Amino acid sequence: MSPLELIAEDGVVRPDMSDQSPLAIRGLTVSYGQSPAIFSVDMTVVPGSMTAIVGPNGAGKSTLLKAALGIVRPLAGQVTVFGTTLATQRARIAYVPQRASVDWDFPTRVVDVVVMGMYRELGLLGRLRGSDRARAMACLQRVGMGDFADRQIGRLSGGQQQRVFLARALAQDADLYLLDEPFAGVDAATEKAIITVLKGLKDDGKTVVAVHHDLATVPEYFDHVMMINVRKVAEGSVSDVFNEAALQTTYGGRLGTQQIDRLSRARA
Amino acid sequence: MLWDALTFQLGYNATLVAIGAALLGLSAGATGTFLFLRKRALVSDAISHATLPGVGLAFILMVAFGGEGRNLPGLLLGSAVSAGLGLLGVSWLTRHTRLGEDAAIGAILSVFFGAGIVLLTVIQTMGAGRQAGLEDFLLGSTAGMLYSDAVLITVGGALVLALVGLLHRPMVLVAFDADYAASAGVNTARVDIAIMGLVMAITVVGLKVVGLILIIALLIIPAVAARFWTNSAGAVALVAGAIGGVSGYLGSAISASAPGLPTGPIIVLTAFTIFVGSLLLAPERGVMAAILRHFAFQRRVHVRQGLLAIAQGQAIYEQLTIRLLVRAGLARPDGVATDLGRSRAAKALRDEARWEVVRRHEAFSGTAALYDGLREIETVLTPDQVAEVDMLLGAPESTA
Repeated sequence: MSPLELIAEDGVVRPDMSDQSPLAIRGLTVSYGQSPAIFSVDMTVVPGSMTAIVGPNGAGKSTLLKAALGIVRPLAGQVTVFGTTLATQRARIAYVPQRASVDWDFPTRVVDVVVMGMYRELGLLGRLRGSDRARAMACLQRVGMGDFADRQIGRLSGGQQQRVFLARALAQDADLYLLDEPFAGVDAATEKAIITVLKGLKDDGKTVVAVHHDLATVPEYFDHVMMINVRKVAEGSVSDVFNEAALQTTYGGRLGTQQIDRLSRARA
Repeated sequence: MLWDALTFQLGYNATLVAIGAALLGLSAGATGTFLFLRKRALVSDAISHATLPGVGLAFILMVAFGGEGRNLPGLLLGSAVSAGLGLLGVSWLTRHTRLGEDAAIGAILSVFFGAGIVLLTVIQTMGAGRQAGLEDFLLGSTAGMLYSDAVLITVGGALVLALVGLLHRPMVLVAFDADYAASAGVNTARVDIAIMGLVMAITVVGLKVVGLILIIALLIIPAVAARFWTNSAGAVALVAGAIGGVSGYLGSAISASAPGLPTGPIIVLTAFTIFVGSLLLAPERGVMAAILRHFAFQRRVHVRQGLLAIAQGQAIYEQLTIRLLVRAGLARPDGVATDLGRSRAAKALRDEARWEVVRRHEAFSGTAALYDGLREIETVLTPDQVAEVDMLLGAPESTA
């Protein structure tokens, strides 16, 4: 890495954090077909931060997460996790995909989904012990779904489904949590439950990165933000970079005045 | 006669066939479940049709090298190779062209099957081919089942079942949520290959008994039928195995009990009968259960609407509503409410008002989602919360 990159635009020299960063991305490009979904994106997640990834539809937010996790193969670029390769650090990363990405009529109960978070630990044939089951139940209780353990997943509301996905990630007992639109289409109670859990993770020293679509709640929920529209627009603490100019660049002037008003009120 | 067949008293060969078919059904049902859960049931079509050219080529090769063309292990090896090629073809077409998997399956299936038929026709004209009996691989034939064939099915089926047991966790994980599985380090492409490879193994093993066309049914029907009875992936596999096993055993027994009944088709029809029974009778997902649920719901709606009409002093015109109210002792046959009906009506009206409050106030947003116009408020709120709602409602006169 050239020393130039360590000097930010404000001229302050910052130490290269990528060795300690839970997730450091360099020059990542992913393309479906001929046009890139993300192009040469750099990102250095601050340890212990809560980072929002924001950007318009089709900006490559989900793709960025998937490429960071090795779910889609990048055309170019590097991903470093906790200072080393992704393959050696899988157990320390928990992923919460978009709720709509699975078939909720799949024959499985709520608690079984949470137990899936432990498959890695259990191995192919490892017996599920009572203590494992208790841990799964504890994860469900943390997201307020303790009473639903035996319910078929198809009989849950959207918000409840999202909470079950979060409980599955909690069961992994990871250090880095990557969430794809955890607040999309959920009820107010779920949103509150999820943000409480995420803030609890941060308090325990974990790192949380979430794709987020509601700009108004960014300052309230997150301390760091990554703004992306195929290319990276801005990255840093919410107070430093989450401003109207950066948002207009990210959204290409597509933000209405109403949205800007709401944002400035939220930031005030 | 059927009883004799069911109790293995129709002789050595019928017994052999029944046991072999039951084992085949068991392993096919359990294995096919994962293909079904992965939503790739059609892949079994491509796999099974792609076995045919391999059977033909293996026969020709074995005869050419002076061997016995009908040697079953040799024929099955050939079928496995060509099914494997077909599988590679499907996944290559899906991954590297713009064709969807359905189109790729259609292309591979018809090309391989066509090639196989051509080869069988060629074999017919060969000197050694007259009694080859390779057409049996299309629809299956158990008449000439040898002890060694039964051993092959048993060993092959048991091996596949053991692998299914070993791999069930990654297979369920990939079937439910492939992206999450990949994030946990599971090689989803390899798991998909494993699922299809196991299905291929079952197809090859089952070619002789039910034939390449009907093995598809034995892979998919048990899983689809089992899905009606349980909500857990592991249980679907177990129930599907049981349904497949019972179908194989019952079907072969039925076909042995009368002359001229083809074994493979009877096995498949037995499985299909179990499927239809499941479709109709399953307690939660079945058609009957759905109809009963619908009528129960309709009755609740009518009673509720009737009570609200009474509370607001409106006349009830619908005969069904009146009948239901009368049956519940809430109204007289002429539509006039009883005392019980009037008090329940007042309660219904009050509940409506309470629900209004619940839906207006953010503090109850979780509860508000449960509103369906039918629920009694006490079923979703604690007495304290109901009191709180009543306070918000203003007039705290108690009607409940």
